[in-house]
Amino acid sequence: MSVPRDAETTAGIAFAVEQASKCYGKVVALDRLDLDFAAGSTTALIGSSGSGKSTVLRLLLGLEWPDRGSVLIDGRPLEPAHVLTLRRRVGYVIQEGGLFPHLTALGNLALLPRHLGWNADCIRQRAEELAALMHLPQGVLDRYPAELSGGQRQRLALMRGLMANPDALLLDEPLGALDPIVRHELQDELKQIFNQLGKTVIVVTHDLAEAAWFADRLVLIRRGAIVQDGSFEDLRDRPADDFVSRFVEAQRRLPEAR
Amino acid sequence: MRRLLSTLFCSLLLPAFAQAGPVRIGSKQFTESVILGELARASARDAGIDALHQRELGGTSILWRALQQGEIDAYPEYTGTLTQELLRNVPADANIATLRARLRPMGIGITDSLGFDNTYAIGMRAVQAAQLGITRISDLRRHPALRFGFSNEFMDRGDGWPGLRQRYELPQAKVSGLDHTLSYRAVTSGAVDAIDLYSTDAEIPYYHLRTLADDRHYFPRYEAVYLYRLALEQSAPAFITVLQKLTGRINESAMRAMNARVKLQGVKENVVAADFLGIRAAGRDSRLWSRLLQRSAEHVKLVAISLGLAMLLAIPLGVLAARLRRLGQLVIGLAGILQTVPSLAMFVFMIPLLGIGTWPAIAALFLYSLLPIVRNTHAGLVGIAPELRESAAALGLPAGTRLRRIELPLAMRSILAGIKTAAVINVGTATLAALIGAGGYGQPILTGIRLDDVGLILEGAVPAAVLALLVQGMFEGIERWLTPRGLRLEARQ
Repeated sequence: MSVPRDAETTAGIAFAVEQASKCYGKVVALDRLDLDFAAGSTTALIGSSGSGKSTVLRLLLGLEWPDRGSVLIDGRPLEPAHVLTLRRRVGYVIQEGGLFPHLTALGNLALLPRHLGWNADCIRQRAEELAALMHLPQGVLDRYPAELSGGQRQRLALMRGLMANPDALLLDEPLGALDPIVRHELQDELKQIFNQLGKTVIVVTHDLAEAAWFADRLVLIRRGAIVQDGSFEDLRDRPADDFVSRFVEAQRRLPEAR
Repeated sequence: MRRLLSTLFCSLLLPAFAQAGPVRIGSKQFTESVILGELARASARDAGIDALHQRELGGTSILWRALQQGEIDAYPEYTGTLTQELLRNVPADANIATLRARLRPMGIGITDSLGFDNTYAIGMRAVQAAQLGITRISDLRRHPALRFGFSNEFMDRGDGWPGLRQRYELPQAKVSGLDHTLSYRAVTSGAVDAIDLYSTDAEIPYYHLRTLADDRHYFPRYEAVYLYRLALEQSAPAFITVLQKLTGRINESAMRAMNARVKLQGVKENVVAADFLGIRAAGRDSRLWSRLLQRSAEHVKLVAISLGLAMLLAIPLGVLAARLRRLGQLVIGLAGILQTVPSLAMFVFMIPLLGIGTWPAIAALFLYSLLPIVRNTHAGLVGIAPELRESAAALGLPAGTRLRRIELPLAMRSILAGIKTAAVINVGTATLAALIGAGGYGQPILTGIRLDDVGLILEGAVPAAVLALLVQGMFEGIERWLTPRGLRLEARQ
């Protein structure tokens, strides 16, 4: 079997949540949330930690199910029977990468492709291609996660998400654990990848600057509900309420201080 | 079910034995029974019959059941035990012909008396008895000042002291309870004048005691006989002839002398039996190394098979327990309860279910091995970091692939540690398997306890300890070899 190569033609996946509520015990993570992501669009979900933004990603992948409301994939409600197929079409990357320590870098990358029946040569070829895209030296592929730097691990996690050429990328604080220089490099690389591939991309971050760099559409979430949905300029110049102004103010000081 | 299983095991593992195997002779856990077992085996060998002696299988009920279930073909028994314990509604003074008629419908045959009666008796120092002119129990009536020291059991039993006093109208008032092992010393030192004993006790000649004649026939007769399966009439008639040839040949003093040689002089039972028969002892047990080799093979077999089977069940159970929390608690709770069953009791519980020998011992060890493996498999899987679990799920791999490629390798260390614990516990617990006739390092320990022979106890205990250390070392090697390199690197950081 060969790697599907015509990345440019993938249409992406359209995601939506409708009136979704989710509680963990007494903590309300989502409160009747309505949100949709058009196929091929790039969106950043921002907010403080615990605002419920990560929960949105988990719902979209069927890793969790809403207490009330529904999740729509390409307009059809998500059902448990479909989650495996959906997850194979989506690259999901979390903070710290979630790399498996017992497998080499290549072993981590190969997990899904091997299950899909790719042969070893094909897997290595694709891995080397992505390594070049991420500016990773070749030798890295045969090392174990414990032998890699934080930046290399995070790149690998992104590569694992991209391995089987997914139609969508869901990134949960993908650069959260990195030092500022590495982070800056990766932001550039990621933006290029997003622009090239035309996939649906949803990035969860608490960093407004990063969100603005990646996405034209920013969704600010607080206590499981949307506070404002618009461009960076909308948030900066026309804040929906006091919380938005404070959120923007708090983060704008950082670049000036640098 | 039991039959099915044992047939299965036999056809798998012991094809040679299952067809035309040797005659299997059992014996109880005391010296005289072992000697009688050796006598039967040596006579059979001398007559060219392949026979094997499963020594010290346990108490009366174990041997009786093993004979009925066909796990042994013959064993030495006493008529008194048949009338008092094993058969119901049989008069206490039933003769062997009566017993034979009662046993036949059960498929069991009985030989004539071997020539001695190992019953309760009253004994005195021979010198004192001669001085006072006492030869019979009824003579005691003329000496009311004599002091008696009886074992606690004899004091309490209806057919012990209370009945004896009544039958003989004994006047003695100074009667004290003693531990049986102390009573010989008590009578030798003159602390008491008469004690209860078994008429073939090795100590009788050693301490120069005299047993008094039971002239009013108070004590039930405990004639020594062999019981055998009637099926032997077809399969091994020559062996029955061999047993019959032993009848009437062993009188009380001969039996006492044989008991004394084993118990007091430390001569091996097979040598004593061969000397009695006037033949050369079979050399099977003679060399330490060959004994050690055979027991090691038995012991390792017990541990390896039980551990292997436990892994086959416990690892899937552990996985299931990690998946379904309710069930998990139940499974671990049940395995925990099994673990609290005292090991001795566990082996004894196996007898009614599976009989005696290797397989019931393996079953008991198997049950013991479950908990450490189930618990560690469960703990290893539950302990996987949530972000790794989520990453694995988000990849879109089916549950089986996730388990095989990600979860089990991550839990490997914990699982191996559980198997190691089970193995080391098993090596120790397997020494108890000798109690139900499974052999191994427990055999010399049991014999050593019976004969009060520390050397023999060490012959079992030292190899068992060495094996436990070897197993521990081996598993540490396996752990190093099987733990993925990436996990070792991670642990080092």
